[in-house]
Amino acid sequence: MSALLEIKGLSKNFRGLKAVQNVSFDVTQGEIYAVIGPNGAGKTTLFNMIAGAYAPNDGTIIFAGERIEGLPPDAVCRRGIGRTFQIVRPFPALSVHDNVMVGALLREPDTSRASVRAHEILRLLGLHDKRDMIASSLTLPDRKRLEVARALATDPKLLLLDEVMAGLRPTETDVMVDILRDLNRTSGLTIVLIEHVMRAVMALAGRVLVLHHGEAIAQGEPAAVVRDPAVIKSYLGTEVVG
Amino acid sequence: MKKLLIDGVPGHGWLMLAVTTALLLAAPLFVNDYLITVLILIFYFAYAGQAWNIMMGFAGQLSLGHALYVGLGAYAAAGLYVHFGVGPWIGMGAAIIISGVVAVILGYLAFRFGVGGVYFAILTIAFAEFARIGFDHIKFLGASSGLFLPVKQYVSNDLWSLRGKPVMFYYLMLVLMLVALGICRMLLRSRLGYYWRAIREDEQAAQSLGIDVFRCKMYAVVISAAMTSVAGVFFAFYYNNLFPEQVFHISRSIEIILGPIIGGIGTLVGPIVGAFVLTIFSEGMTELLEVFKLTSPGAKQVFYGIALLVVILLMPHGIWPPIARALGLAEKSGEGKPTDEKP
Ligand SMILES: Nc1ncnc2c1ncn2[C@@H]1O[C@H](COP(=O)(O)OP(=O)(O)OP(=O)(O)O)[C@@H](O)[C@H]1O
Ligand SMILES: [Mg+2]
Repeated sequence: MSALLEIKGLSKNFRGLKAVQNVSFDVTQGEIYAVIGPNGAGKTTLFNMIAGAYAPNDGTIIFAGERIEGLPPDAVCRRGIGRTFQIVRPFPALSVHDNVMVGALLREPDTSRASVRAHEILRLLGLHDKRDMIASSLTLPDRKRLEVARALATDPKLLLLDEVMAGLRPTETDVMVDILRDLNRTSGLTIVLIEHVMRAVMALAGRVLVLHHGEAIAQGEPAAVVRDPAVIKSYLGTEVVG
Repeated sequence: MKKLLIDGVPGHGWLMLAVTTALLLAAPLFVNDYLITVLILIFYFAYAGQAWNIMMGFAGQLSLGHALYVGLGAYAAAGLYVHFGVGPWIGMGAAIIISGVVAVILGYLAFRFGVGGVYFAILTIAFAEFARIGFDHIKFLGASSGLFLPVKQYVSNDLWSLRGKPVMFYYLMLVLMLVALGICRMLLRSRLGYYWRAIREDEQAAQSLGIDVFRCKMYAVVISAAMTSVAGVFFAFYYNNLFPEQVFHISRSIEIILGPIIGGIGTLVGPIVGAFVLTIFSEGMTELLEVFKLTSPGAKQVFYGIALLVVILLMPHGIWPPIARALGLAEKSGEGKPTDEKP
């Protein structure tokens, strides 16, 4: 079991605000890893650095044995990291199929074969019936699914999911949890997910990292982390234990 | 190639294309010389509009300076012909290369330094204006007093030198318009076409899917410029005179983009439909105003402007998308679908 992703001493400041401070962790090939923490803890900023949207002020990101910090987002994606956006960004005027097609074309330049791949992924995410709809006409849960489908179409080794369960109903959350678990089991896809929905975190994640004010305050197995007094105090409150 | 060009066009789509083409092919047998010149103008705008549409409609990069590439193409081919006796078909090669190089410079300056949106549009205007003023001082190309191609009364059509009667240009421009339609369809349905539309819709999301945004935008600018310069070559050999003040003028750039805007930005057929509607409307208006003795200067422009405004307000996505839907020609690739274009 080797580390697919190694983060060492990562920091990011926004004009004096320390959004992420000296965060280190690693993600093993094939695991599902969760990042939790209160609003403004720096979770999305952490993702943005891994995905190449921001260059870190300090620290290193090693993916599949190579340093990738500071690379542009497209280069990071080509190396095998797919990401979703917390505030979804579909291509609004394109159909659902074409949205996913854009992702699929990365590994499959032939348009017919990319389209076949897009259809597969749309079926997987339960969006196949809506493939000809314009993305801007989708409901929020469907947009979240589309966000996942599009990232998945780039055939990543590591998938970064930023709150893809937010706004889903419990039954929809369970469906998404099943999809992700299947993907992880059948294709060995490594997943790092930011999530507020604890029921999804507990169901999926092998390990959890807790961020607070940009700092990693705890990491480990979910069951242990949710009992950590510092985590309860800063994030979970008292009622969600167990 | 075949897959991108042919596949997915419904049977009645082919029928309509065939009928339209047949009518246009036969038109010179029936219509008078005046209508031939109007149709040449329509084909010219349809072609240039399609070339512009690649940049704006497909890739979302607004150019307000496309007269630059028309002018460069025109001057390149005309200069070679007048001074060195080099024929226009070879001149076309020079036109494409020169416009392509200028487009690379413009694109590089803009996209390397993250110049987008309105600022990119202003840069395209600046380049065209720079050419307009610069060419006024190039003595070799006639400077401000113009560059003239030798003209005489032609009895036969010399296709190789593009010296001949209007009907020769009629057929050439018709072919050019149809070839551009084929090229645009292939481009739009190719991987690059998908990438362009992704960039047009959301650059950051596109980048997160592994798309090299800079490179794709460069392709759009260069392909569009090269295609536009070919229109310039025919422009030069059809009108036989070139003045920087006219060729590079911003109003020439605006003329080019009105067709696609009225017809439907980002669609394949929109620029062609737009060119027909606008040119016929503009010519008809001239006639009409004369009938009503409204010949005061500017009257035509005012009516024209009001008409444009009405069309844009009533059909914000252009004339073609609703027609395409009604005819069942709306393609999966976005033809006829409403687009929330962003400026
Ligand atoms: N581009 C930016 N410019 C300036 N400040 C930023 C920027 N992005 C994030 N921040 C700030 O950095 C801090 C961390 O934000 P971040 O979005 O990473 O939090 P988060 O953990 O994802 O929160 P949430 O759960 O609300 O999504 C916040 O205080 C935020 O306001
Ligand atoms: Mg966030």
